[in-house]
Amino acid sequence: MKKDLYNFAIRMGDTSWILSHRLCELCSFGPFLEEDLAMTNVGLDHIGQAEEWLNYACELSDEDVDADFLAYRRKEKEYRNVQLVEYPNDDFAYVITRQFYLDVYNYLLYTKLTQSKDATFAAIAQKSLKEVKYHLRHSSNWMVRLGDGTEESHERVQNAVDDLWFYTGDLFVMPESEQNLAKEGIIPNLADLEADWEKMVLEVFEKAGINKPSYEVLASGSFDGQHTEYLGFMLCEMQYLPNKYQDAKW
Amino acid sequence: MDDKLKNEDPELLKEFQAKIDAEMKIEPKDYMPEAYRQHLIRQISQHAHSEVIGMQPEGNWITRCPSIRAKKILMAKIQDEGGHGLYLYSAAETLGVSRDQYLRWLHEGKAKYASVFNYSALNWADIGAIGWLVDGAAIVNQVSLQRTSYGPYSRAMVKICKEESFHQRQGYEIMVSMAQGTAEQKEMAQDALNRWWYPSLMMFGPHDGDSPRSSLAMQWKIKRETNDELRQKFIDKTVPQAEFLGLTVPDENCKFNEATGHYDWTDIDWDEFWATIKGFGPNNKRRLKHHQQVHDEGQWVREASIAYGKKKNKKEVA
Ligand SMILES: [Fe+2]
Ligand SMILES: [Fe+2]
Ligand SMILES: [Fe+2]
Repeated sequence: MKKDLYNFAIRMGDTSWILSHRLCELCSFGPFLEEDLAMTNVGLDHIGQAEEWLNYACELSDEDVDADFLAYRRKEKEYRNVQLVEYPNDDFAYVITRQFYLDVYNYLLYTKLTQSKDATFAAIAQKSLKEVKYHLRHSSNWMVRLGDGTEESHERVQNAVDDLWFYTGDLFVMPESEQNLAKEGIIPNLADLEADWEKMVLEVFEKAGINKPSYEVLASGSFDGQHTEYLGFMLCEMQYLPNKYQDAKW
Repeated sequence: MDDKLKNEDPELLKEFQAKIDAEMKIEPKDYMPEAYRQHLIRQISQHAHSEVIGMQPEGNWITRCPSIRAKKILMAKIQDEGGHGLYLYSAAETLGVSRDQYLRWLHEGKAKYASVFNYSALNWADIGAIGWLVDGAAIVNQVSLQRTSYGPYSRAMVKICKEESFHQRQGYEIMVSMAQGTAEQKEMAQDALNRWWYPSLMMFGPHDGDSPRSSLAMQWKIKRETNDELRQKFIDKTVPQAEFLGLTVPDENCKFNEATGHYDWTDIDWDEFWATIKGFGPNNKRRLKHHQQVHDEGQWVREASIAYGKKKNKKEVA
C-alpha cells in the first residue's frame, strides 16, 4: 500500500513538476506582458503543488531522499508524469490547449481527492483546488477566445486540440497500483473520470466552435515510465547543474 | 533661459518651478513644460523597457535552476520584473503615449533600455550576481526616484522598491551559497562578480560633467541625486558585502579611504560603456530581436482577443 501511495504521489508531483518546466520556458515569450506573467503564475502554482506531492512521496519512500532528489536526480523512466505535459510549447494555442486538458482533469481529480481516505492526499487536494479552479477559468476563457476569435486563431487552436487529444488517453489509464488505491477509497477510479472530463471539454469546444477530434487509439503508458521523446531533452536541461556538480549544494 | 523652454509661458513656468520647489507632485493633467514631458517619456519608457528586457538574461537560466526552491524564487523574481514593466508602462501612458507606441519605438531602436542587460548570464552564480549587483544598483537609483517630481512615476517607484529588496536578497543568498560551496562554486561566484561589477557601476550613467541632461532634470527634481553620488553610494554599500563573501571586487584600487570616508575605485572603461550603448555589447541584437520576434509571434493572439471581444460586445448589445 505504501508503495502504491508513493507511486501516485510521484505521479501527481511529476505531472505538476514537468508542466511547470514547460511553463517556465515561456518566461519572456508571452504574446503580451500580462499573459506572460499569468503563465508564470500558473507555473508557480504547479511548482508549489509538485513540492507538496514530492515531499509526501519522500515520507512514503523507503529511501532517505528529499524532494529535490526526486525532482532532479531520477532517471527518465522513474518519472511518472502524464505524457501530455511533456508536449512542447509549439505555439500559444498548444500551450493553452495542453493546459486546458489538464486543468479539466485536475479539477475533477482534485475535487474527488478532497474526499480521499488518505489525509495528506485530501489536504493537498483541498489546498490545490482553489488554484486549479483559477487555472481552469483562465484556460477555458482562452479556448473560447481563440476558437471564436479570428480565422487564424481558430485554425491554430483546432490544430492543437487535434494533436494533443492523442495524449489525453493516458490520463485515464488505471494500472494495478492505482486500482489498489481506488479500492481503498484513496483515489477515485480514473477511468470513471473520463466521461465527466469529456463532457466538460466538449462544453467548452461547443462555445468555442471547436470540433472534437477522432482517434482510434490514444496514448498510454506513462504510469510505467513510458514517455515521449521530449522528456529526455527537458531533463537534460533541468538536471544539468545537479548532474554536473554532484557535491554542490545550491 | 534654456533653449528648450523658449516656447513656454514664463508665468506658467514660474508656477511650475515653484510647485516643484515646494516638493509638490506634478500630475498628468497639470501644466508641464514640453521638455519636462519629453524627458519623462524618454526616462520612464526606458525604465519600463529595462524591466522587460531584463527578464531575458535571468530567463537564460530559468530552465536550469538547480533546486525546486531556486526555480520558484527565480520565476517569481522575473515575474516581478515584468510586473514592474507594467507599472511603468502605465505611468508612461499618463504622458499621452500608448504602450504600443512605446514598443514600436523600442523595436525601431529609438528607445533604449538599461545597457547592463546586454551582458551575458554565463553561469549559475550570474543569477546571484545579477540580483545582488544589478538589482542592488537599481535599488539605489529607484529609492532616490521615489521622490521624483512626477506623481505617477514616483508612485510606481514606491511600489517597485517594496519588491526590489527581495530581489537583492535572493541574489545575495545565491552568492553566499556559491561562495561557501565547493571550490568550483566559489570559482563561479568570483567569475560572476568579475563580469558584473563594472556593468553594474555603469548603470548609474556617465559622470555628471558629461551628462548633458543632468541640469534640467535636477532642477525639475526628476532626478534627485547625481549619477556620481548614487554610484558612490552603491560602491560603499556593496564592497563590504563582497568582502563578507570572501570574494574580490575586480579593481585593485578599490580600498576604503579614511580621509574621504568612501571607497576609492578605478574609473569605468568609458569606451566600453559607449560601445555597449551604441549597440556593440555582447547581446544587444539578440535581446531586441527576441523581444521583437515574440511580439510578432503574439500578434495573432492579440488579434484573436480583440476580435472575440468585439463579437461579444455585439452579442451583448443585440
Ligand atoms: Fe529592475
Ligand atoms: Fe524591477
Ligand atoms: Fe528587480
